[in-house]
Amino acid sequence: MARMVTTQRKVISTAAAWLVGFLIFFPILWMVLASFKTELEAFAIPPSFLFFHWTTENYVTVQERSDYFHHALNSIIIAGGSTLIAMLIAIPAAWSMAFSPTKRTKDVLLWMLSTKMMPPVGVLVPIYLIFRNFGLLDTRSGLIFILCLGNLPIVIWMLFTYFKEIPKDILEAARMDGATIGRELIYVLTPMAVPGLASTMLLNLILAWNEAFWTLNLSTLEAAPLTVFIASYSSPEGLFWAKLSAASTLAIAPILVLGWFSQRQLVRGLTFGAVK
Amino acid sequence: MGQITLQGVQKSFGPVHIIKGADLDIADGSFVVFVGPSGCGKTTLLRLIAGLEDVTGGAILIDGRNVVDVPPAKRGLSMVFQSYALYPHMSVRGNIAFGLKMAGIARDEINRKVESAAATLNLTPYLDRKPRELSGGQRQLVAIGRAIVREPKAFLFDEPLSNLDAALRVQMRLEVTRLQKQLGTTAIYVTHDQVEAMTMADKIVVLNGGKIEQYGSPLELYEKPANLFVAGFIGSPKMNFVTGDLARQQGATTIGVRPEHLKVERDGQGGWHGTVSVAEHLGSDTFLYVDAGPQGMLTARYIGELDLHPGDKVSLIPDPARIHRFDDSGKSIHA
Repeated sequence: MARMVTTQRKVISTAAAWLVGFLIFFPILWMVLASFKTELEAFAIPPSFLFFHWTTENYVTVQERSDYFHHALNSIIIAGGSTLIAMLIAIPAAWSMAFSPTKRTKDVLLWMLSTKMMPPVGVLVPIYLIFRNFGLLDTRSGLIFILCLGNLPIVIWMLFTYFKEIPKDILEAARMDGATIGRELIYVLTPMAVPGLASTMLLNLILAWNEAFWTLNLSTLEAAPLTVFIASYSSPEGLFWAKLSAASTLAIAPILVLGWFSQRQLVRGLTFGAVK
Repeated sequence: MGQITLQGVQKSFGPVHIIKGADLDIADGSFVVFVGPSGCGKTTLLRLIAGLEDVTGGAILIDGRNVVDVPPAKRGLSMVFQSYALYPHMSVRGNIAFGLKMAGIARDEINRKVESAAATLNLTPYLDRKPRELSGGQRQLVAIGRAIVREPKAFLFDEPLSNLDAALRVQMRLEVTRLQKQLGTTAIYVTHDQVEAMTMADKIVVLNGGKIEQYGSPLELYEKPANLFVAGFIGSPKMNFVTGDLARQQGATTIGVRPEHLKVERDGQGGWHGTVSVAEHLGSDTFLYVDAGPQGMLTARYIGELDLHPGDKVSLIPDPARIHRFDDSGKSIHA
């Protein structure tokens, strides 16, 4: 009897989980479907779910009208570059705060996080002016710079939590064993921190890839990443649902694939320390 | 060789004095236990010797050489941590070999040494496992293996057995003592467990509030405690202390009698009269907690079973040769 109840419960909770999952996934599914419809069908009411005239003409048009690969390359360079630089700055920062904290370490961490509490639009004008005066508008380096700064607090915060989890005893054992700081880093700390480093990098990459506010405001064409490419389809000429969907699908495809293959790593990283 | 001498060693963290000047001579090959209540500075003292903390003042001599400015690895000591502190991503072999690898020893020789250390500790079948695949006791053996393979001048143990369950602790206690005798290497062992201290040590250092209260062999500490603190700390159950007229008659401020030196008599004459409030029957021993009126609560230990129960009247007769006397300042008075 007790067993029956458990099975029943399992079925219900599984169904509920799938339903929630489907609801979350639905907009993406709808977008992908719409990208294969004609503009007319994309607007149709009632909407057709699967039985419509499948076409790839939107993708052809999108590629003809704007250069997907140019924007994709920009996205890769900007997201990759800002992640790399953020990691280079964040690793030593998090390191020193985790392993030789001072009285002010907590305050520094909080201060860093507090910079994320202000809406970016609050500093749009000054940043825009700085960019203009330094000739950074519509440049990749400018976007790398601003995205790197934007994500730095979160990256440092995450790495700090990972490093904090590494027991100090182990580092001391390595010191007793005669490891110099450099060797301690290579042989002991890095191998232990790899999961944390990987998931931080991944999250940062995704955040930078999807970042739209700064990229939309600070770039037009030359340095414009995929976010700008998508936005160009909701234009004054009117909304083109199907083409917008095709552009969006193309834009999120790389990060979706990356996320799919690294989801285990990502989940492990995000719950690191919480579940042990 | 592994002779360690502390000369006026001091340690402060900001305004807080953790170690207030420690002098100590540890003979080569001896097993010395630092014991004391938590916060007494025993672990700090060990970490100072290891070099994991810098001294604020004084000198630490290893084989006659002052090492206060020498980094930990160059002091020729190895340490076993309470948390084992194994490298989780390395196999047992990798863990034991790490120190040798850092010292740049040839691979063949490392293998030979690791295998001989593993054989000593019965770890051979586990050499290729990761620490997470081992039990707590095995992990601590690996940590000990890591320490012995470097053939140090001295072993430093920081409460190595406190994460193990009681039965395993007794077994490991024997193992560590046996190993130390076999290797003949100096060992300093920190614990808060006075049974470990009494059973393992050649000499015990009793620490309290950052000061060495007494340094001596286990039986010296038991028979001739230097002061009230040591008298109360060493021995289980704790020594009974009596103040007032009874003490003054003996020419002391406080007198102390160990529970095992109180003879228990049912409704007897003489001695201190009282009522049993709790009786603990262990079979091998009987512990009686006796309300002795003006003398306060007294504990008595009887070897074997004694059929007494709460409410029974008893008299406790102290063995006159085993009465410890203490003066105003808590120091022992020796006749």
